[in-house]
Amino acid sequence: MNTYINKGNKATKTGFGEGVLEAAKKNKNVVGIGADITASVGMNFFADAYPERFFSLGIAEQNCVAVAAGMALSNKIPVFSTYGVFAAHRACDQIRISVCYNNLHVVIGGAHAGVSVGPDGATHQALEDIATMRVLPRMTVISPCDATQAKIATEKAILEHDGPVYVRFGREPVADFTDENQNFVIGKGQIMREGSDICVIATGHEVWESLEAARHLEKEGKSVMVVNMHTIKPLDEELLLDLAKRFSTIYTVEEHQIIGGLGSAVAEFLSEHHPVRVIRIGMNDIFGESGKAEELMHRFKLDAEGICSSVCR
Amino acid sequence: MYSNINLTKQKAHNIRETILRSLTEAGSGHLGGSIDLADIFSVLYFNEMRYDINNPSWEDRDRLILSIGHTAPVLYASLAEAGFFPKDECMTLRKIGSRLQGHPSKDSELPGVETSAGSLGQGLGIAIGMALSAKMDEKNYRTYCVMGDGELQEGSVWEAAMAASNYRLDNLCAIIDRNRLQIDGSTENVMALEPLDEKWTSFGWNVVEIDGHDHNDIVDAFDVARATKGQPTLILANTIMGKGVKSIENDNKWHGKVPTKEQLIDFLNELEK
Repeated sequence: MNTYINKGNKATKTGFGEGVLEAAKKNKNVVGIGADITASVGMNFFADAYPERFFSLGIAEQNCVAVAAGMALSNKIPVFSTYGVFAAHRACDQIRISVCYNNLHVVIGGAHAGVSVGPDGATHQALEDIATMRVLPRMTVISPCDATQAKIATEKAILEHDGPVYVRFGREPVADFTDENQNFVIGKGQIMREGSDICVIATGHEVWESLEAARHLEKEGKSVMVVNMHTIKPLDEELLLDLAKRFSTIYTVEEHQIIGGLGSAVAEFLSEHHPVRVIRIGMNDIFGESGKAEELMHRFKLDAEGICSSVCR
Repeated sequence: MYSNINLTKQKAHNIRETILRSLTEAGSGHLGGSIDLADIFSVLYFNEMRYDINNPSWEDRDRLILSIGHTAPVLYASLAEAGFFPKDECMTLRKIGSRLQGHPSKDSELPGVETSAGSLGQGLGIAIGMALSAKMDEKNYRTYCVMGDGELQEGSVWEAAMAASNYRLDNLCAIIDRNRLQIDGSTENVMALEPLDEKWTSFGWNVVEIDGHDHNDIVDAFDVARATKGQPTLILANTIMGKGVKSIENDNKWHGKVPTKEQLIDFLNELEK
C-alpha cells in the first residue's frame, strides 16, 4: 500500500509556474501572456527569466486569448494564465472559436480553483471552469493534485502535448506529497491507494483530502481506494471500467460544482458503459463565500472530515 | 505609378461576379458586406500582399485575417481569383462536405485561409498575435485585419486596439469596412460609433480615411501604412454596402440575403455597367 507524506505545503500555482519556466528553458518558442495578475497566477518565474518573451496585455482576457491564438498560428507555444473564473468564462468564446476551432496548441492556466481561494469569496473561486472547458471539442483539461504534479503536468502540457489545454490549479499552499519521478501521463489516472470497501475518485486538492479521509477510515476498519483523476478530459475510461467492475458505488470528489465537473464526467461515461452508483461530492449548485481556506473546505464538506461523513452515510 | 489599377479593377469585377454566383448557388449567406469589400480585397491580393499560391504556409507571407467571418464569400472569391484553388470550388460554398464553410474554417484546410472566424471581435487580437510574433522573430511580413463597422461594438475590439498601439505594431494594418449598416439598420441608430477616426486616433493608431471603392485611394493607404513607423495603421474605408449592384446598394436587407436565380442575371448585368 502506498503511503504519502507531505513534504511541506506548497501552492499548486507555484508548481504551475515552475513547470512553465522549465518548458521555457527547453523551448524558445514558449511565450507568456499576462493579464495584470502575473505573480498570483504563477507566471512571475517565467516573466522574470524571459521578459522578452512575456507580453503583458492588461486586464483584457478576451484579447489575451485571441492574441495567444495568433501567436500559436505563428509557430509559438503561448501560455496564458489568469484566474480560472476569467479564463474559462469571460474568454470562453475566444477559447471556443480562436483556440479550439482552430485546433491550436495554446496552454491556458486556470488559477484560483475552488473554494480554497478563501477570503476573496465567490467571485474569484473557480467552481464551473471544468464544466465549461471540458465541453469544448479538442480541449484537454488537467487538474493536478499537488505542486510537484502541477509542475510535471504543466511542462508536459506545454512541450509534449498538442492542441488546446486547460491546466487548473489553486492559490493556497497545500500538501505537496507526490514523487518528482512519478509516472505522469496526461489522460491516465493514478491509483494513489488500494482499497476494497470504498472507491473514491478525486481531483486537484481533493486527492490529499481523500487520502487523509482514507487514513482515518482505515482506523475504523474500512479499506478505501483513492484514485487521482488528474486529467478530466480525456477521461481514463479504461481505469473507470476497471473500478466499476470492482465497486458497486463510486464516489467522486472535486472542488467544483457537481454539475458538469469530474463527477459528471465519470457518471456520463459509466452510465453508458458499466452502470454503477456514482455519488458526486463537491459544490452542489451553490456559490462559495469568504473565509479562510480551511474554514471553507470544512463548511462545504470538502475536507477529509467532510469526505468521511459523505462516504459513510 | 498605378500600373496595377487596371488589373485590380478587373479582378474586383471578377471577385464580385464569383460572390454573386456562389451565393446564389448556396441559397444563403451575406451578400452586402461581401460584395462591398471586393475593391479592398482586390488591391490586397493583386497589388499589396506577398504570398505564394504554391506554398500557402510560406513563413514570410503577409497574413490576412478576416475578422468578419460572415463576409467569407469575398475571401473565397479572392483566393480563387489569386489561384489558391479552382474557381469552380466557389460553387460548393456552404454545402455539405465543402471546404468553403459558411464562415471561414481552418479545419477545412482551404489554402490561404489563415484562421477560422465567425464570432465577431476576435480577428484583431489574432492579427496582433501574428504581428508580435513577426517582431519577435525579426521577420518582415505584414499582417492585415479586415473588420466590419458593426463589429466595433464588440468590447474585445477595443482591448485589441489598445494592445496594438501599446506594442507599436507598425507591421499591422487594420481595415474597417465602414458601410454604416448592420442587421438592425444604421450603425448610428443601433449603437452610435462616431467619431470613429477620433476614437482610433486616441487609441494610438495612425488613421487613414479613404473611399473604399477608389483603387488609387486604397493603394495609397496601404503605402502610407507600410511607411508608418512606431504605430499601427487603421484604414477607415468608407464603403457602400452592396457596391457594384445598383439595385441593392445601401440597403441593409441585403446584409444577410442572397439573389434568386432570376435576380442573379439582373445583378450580373448591373455589374457590367
